[in-house]
Amino acid sequence: MRYEAPESVQGAVALLAAANGDARVLAGGTDLLVQMRADVVEPELIVDIKRIRETRAVTQENGGWRIGAAVTGAELKEHAPLKQAWPGVVEAANLIGSTQVQGRATLGGNLCNGSPAADSVPALIAAGAVAKLAGPHGQRDLPVEDVMLGPRTLALRPGEFVVSFLLPPRPPRSADAYLRFIPRTEMDIAVVGAGVSIAVDGAGTITAARVSLGAVAPRVLLVAEAAQAIIGSRLDDAAQERLAAAARAACRPIDDKRGTTEFRVDVAGVLARRAALIAMDRARTR
Amino acid sequence: MIRLTVNGQAHELDVPSYRTLLDCLRYDLGLTGSKEGCGVGVCGACTVLLDGKMISSCIALAVFADGREVTTVEGLAEDERLHPVQQAFMDAGGFQCGICTPGQVVAAKALLDAIPHPSEAEIKEWMLGNLCRCTGYYKIVESIQAAAGQARA
Repeated sequence: MRYEAPESVQGAVALLAAANGDARVLAGGTDLLVQMRADVVEPELIVDIKRIRETRAVTQENGGWRIGAAVTGAELKEHAPLKQAWPGVVEAANLIGSTQVQGRATLGGNLCNGSPAADSVPALIAAGAVAKLAGPHGQRDLPVEDVMLGPRTLALRPGEFVVSFLLPPRPPRSADAYLRFIPRTEMDIAVVGAGVSIAVDGAGTITAARVSLGAVAPRVLLVAEAAQAIIGSRLDDAAQERLAAAARAACRPIDDKRGTTEFRVDVAGVLARRAALIAMDRARTR
Repeated sequence: MIRLTVNGQAHELDVPSYRTLLDCLRYDLGLTGSKEGCGVGVCGACTVLLDGKMISSCIALAVFADGREVTTVEGLAEDERLHPVQQAFMDAGGFQCGICTPGQVVAAKALLDAIPHPSEAEIKEWMLGNLCRCTGYYKIVESIQAAAGQARA
């Protein structure tokens, strides 16, 4: 196995494009190393992207925030303006693993690990985040909901990797939230995750919303029907019930020891509703 | 070839790229204080500091540490004088079987470096990735509180 740590996006792309055999991009390594140690993957080449400046920075861009793919959860937590603008995204990232893991785990890795239960992904999708990809044919932008196609399957082309994410500018009176259900109190994989981002007008009526669900389908879902169910409402009881029903209707979960199909579907409705209430509360008080 | 500093001592090592930092510390450098519990970054027994930030060394590659500084449990005491966290774990009974203790102590040191006087909630949140099957955690929390008091004195 060859290990390379290029210092430029072009350098990483060149390595990945020239690789024959299994090449893996390494950010924090908190998933990749576990899979390597279990012989689930046996890469011939590892390209560590942590020395590339663009993957390690959090910067303002056109009123939004650009987050490098290799920025760690701990670094996001310490970034007060980002936390203020996108509390749901930062909370979701901080749910991943322990303090030790937080020091390594990244948004890019959480997405590209290709797990439908990845905590930060529903939050990124609800936020409307767009991934910047770099590859042999240049750079392109892809909405986060289009990056993952199924378990361990990504829309990335050969030689491509995720450099960063762009979170759009925040309109006034808008906020996001993420909730997950796990059987323990921490350090577990989501049985269901729900990310909601909401904007309200001066009267408290929802003008825009995005709802995303994790761990209830082969990929993390953007549920347009759930958003439509609450746009134009003040998130009254009837709107909450429409939201929950739309969330439940979108679910196509697996049935396993961590949660039955029926349970996951039910919890998806509950969490979508609760996350929306938190986002609503935050949006109103801005 | 990697160059790293472990507990203040510089090393130059030829390690295979797949070698974990934990195995490098234990087998190449003979620093067997850091333990392998789960091997998947969940239990915290392998906790070390990399440039002062705590990581699970079982899911870090040795090559990550190239040019960087690693602190293990062996690096906490100054000669015969235990680190306040180590002393507090002894005084307050913060361990029983001891397998998780090196990780607990290193994590607790990192906590007190970051938050010198943590609340009980802050201790529990910070330490949630350091599992212990003996103590029920109460004595560990008390040990860290005692160490924080010592640092205050």
